[in-house]
Amino acid sequence: MELFLVNLIAATLRVSTPILLAAIGETFTERAGILNLGIEGIMFFGAFVGFFVADASGSLWIGFLVAILSGVLSGILMGLLSVSLGVNQHVSGLGITLLLTGLSLYLFRLVYGGRSTPPSIEPFQQLTPFNDIPIIGPITQQYFLTYVTFLVIIPLAWWILYRTRFGLNIRAVGENPEALDAAGVSVYLIRYLTLGIGGGLMAAGGAFLSLASLGAFSHGIISGRGWVAIAIVIFGNWDPIRVMIGALIFGGTNALQLRLQAMGLQLPIPYETFLALPYIVTIIALVLAGRNASYPAALLKPYKRE
Amino acid sequence: MNIVEMKNITKQFGDLTANDNVDFELRKGEIHALLGENGAGKTTLMRILYGLYQQTSGDILINGKKIVINSPKDAIANGIGMVTQHFALVPPMTVAENVILGYNDRFVIDRASIEKKVGEAAEQFGLDINPKSLVRHLSVGQRQRVEILKALFRNARVLILDEPTAVLIPQEVDVLFETLTRLCKEDLSVIFISHKLDEVTKITNRVTVLRDGKSFGTVNTADVTQNQLAAMMVGREAFGVKREVNTSSDDILLEIKNLSALDNQGLDCLKNINLTIHAGEILGIAGVGGNGQSELAETLCGVRPVSSGEIILDGVNLIGKNPAEFTKAGMGRVPEDRHEGVVGDLSVYENLALEYLDEYSNNGILDRKAIRKNAEDLIKQFQIKAKPNDMIRTLSGGNMQKVLLARVLSREPKVVIAPQPTRGLDVGATDYVREQLIKQSKRGAGVIMISEDLDEILSVSDRIAVIYEGEIVGILPAHEATPERLGLLMSGAVKEN
Repeated sequence: MELFLVNLIAATLRVSTPILLAAIGETFTERAGILNLGIEGIMFFGAFVGFFVADASGSLWIGFLVAILSGVLSGILMGLLSVSLGVNQHVSGLGITLLLTGLSLYLFRLVYGGRSTPPSIEPFQQLTPFNDIPIIGPITQQYFLTYVTFLVIIPLAWWILYRTRFGLNIRAVGENPEALDAAGVSVYLIRYLTLGIGGGLMAAGGAFLSLASLGAFSHGIISGRGWVAIAIVIFGNWDPIRVMIGALIFGGTNALQLRLQAMGLQLPIPYETFLALPYIVTIIALVLAGRNASYPAALLKPYKRE
Repeated sequence: MNIVEMKNITKQFGDLTANDNVDFELRKGEIHALLGENGAGKTTLMRILYGLYQQTSGDILINGKKIVINSPKDAIANGIGMVTQHFALVPPMTVAENVILGYNDRFVIDRASIEKKVGEAAEQFGLDINPKSLVRHLSVGQRQRVEILKALFRNARVLILDEPTAVLIPQEVDVLFETLTRLCKEDLSVIFISHKLDEVTKITNRVTVLRDGKSFGTVNTADVTQNQLAAMMVGREAFGVKREVNTSSDDILLEIKNLSALDNQGLDCLKNINLTIHAGEILGIAGVGGNGQSELAETLCGVRPVSSGEIILDGVNLIGKNPAEFTKAGMGRVPEDRHEGVVGDLSVYENLALEYLDEYSNNGILDRKAIRKNAEDLIKQFQIKAKPNDMIRTLSGGNMQKVLLARVLSREPKVVIAPQPTRGLDVGATDYVREQLIKQSKRGAGVIMISEDLDEILSVSDRIAVIYEGEIVGILPAHEATPERLGLLMSGAVKEN
């Protein structure tokens, strides 16, 4: 039982990492008033770009960084559509998801199409800092990127949002862009910057899956994690710490259901029920938290000076 | 010495000329009114000065030096601050955060130190505000002070106020005027956008009048009468519709008893309201916006369910009936939000029949001929400046309001409910709407006019009820009402019942 729990905790942290990265990215863009529905596509594209560049260059880190860059550019594309051109955010976001999903699959075929076995690379290794200590050892056996996500990115995201001038501008632009404009700060600049950062984090989440979790790229690599991230952002009330809790709940349920499946219990219910569990939990959590959600007031509204 | 000079400013939006060769000069230390009707181009001119618009042609000089203002940033750098009509504040953030927004030179924000700085500035300028409060929790008057503080904190030497009194109760107006007078002694210069003559004559040194985007000259306030200013502003001497004869009868038409209701958040928004309306009477309901007025109007036309109480029209209790039954029983509501009351992409004639489609259809097929006939009659009768086929959204606010009035009033309802009937209309359209309401009362209808505009309440009503936080805090005959007495009631400071 103890081993089961320890493994569950370790797996929870691992499974939560990519979703959390993407959800923090989305937290930033939504705080600035942009619902980026391109998240699913940007994660997918990040997973592909990371895999392809790592494979081609032989360096996982180069792959990861180029993936982030691809996310930043995707975020800027979202900005071009939804900020500069004022296109409806639902339309532009879904458009970007369709575009990047299609583009990734097309390029994947173009590069690896002729092979009989799916391509793979040697993924990131997990760190084992306290290998010899019981309980702590297995729990701390994690990817470097998981450490960075929980120990650096989350606190940093919180600090930026609530303790810096940039964060103040982000929160202001998501609530009342006119206030920021009247204060002499460019609404477009803040939104573009935030979309770039958000896109980078989303792509990092995708690349984590291909470069750390799997060492491979496949059609189903993201399988709705981007949409779940959006739900988690609402659950977390647009606050990085609460978003982290949301991601852990989803990750935890996912890790749990994998273990329940693996135990091979003879239950009178089909195993797909377990697969659905994290999504059901997400829906329930969202229903409970969503009623009191305080959406950024300017979310979905393009800004123009009359 | 002129601190601001605007020369030959022209601003075009497509075909529309909002400002046509306007000259404007502001002296150091004066309060200068920019007077004109809605749509005269006052706000446009000032948005140009603040960098929110760029002029099509013309020059701006600050302290005699020609400058280019491309954005509010440039304006702020030149010592210009503006308090817009819709406050540029972020409600979930604190006063201090709002004040330093866009004006903090450090990347890291130290809350304690900005709160201290903002608190000191507030004290220095004599603006009573707690820097730690969330703006969301502040009253409108306090929010306005935050906006003024914001400008002064950025070292503004010129302060533009866009219709600053529109949202204030009389007592708050007094505080604002004291503050402005004091600040001007310290060499601040103020541009005061307004269309209210009494305020302009009360507080300003000079007045520049705009009409149809053109300047009609600048005068010393002391040299002109209100009537002269009015003539400059609208091009005719006196204006304004007044209720002259009280046509109220003793018959009670509508009785509202112990009425309570919840708002959209499920909180009490109407508390135990008791009102009676007589035939031929205009009952004005005064109050600062957001004190339950909209909910009251919705309840009275059956759109919002009541939690308790009775609405008795001509002896019939309407509680539990649906909006269509309310209308049939004789309640006529002119929708509060003009744009919500019409369908913008439908034509005038379709909109005019919208609530009575039953009467204009046979087995679900519309009788277009009858609908058009109805529209042509109403357009003539209510002087709507539009053709039956025009899309509603191409109409001006005044004409849109006429369409709504025509739709409701042509049915001769027993009770007319008119929430904010003249909001955003120009003087001509406002007069028209008020005349129509008075006409209804002469016909014997009871009129409930809900308004935030005290002048309107005082000039049109027979009796005045004041609503504060969902309660009727006082009911008085119009001839006993003064702005000060109503102001006290509106602010919740006193209750008279």
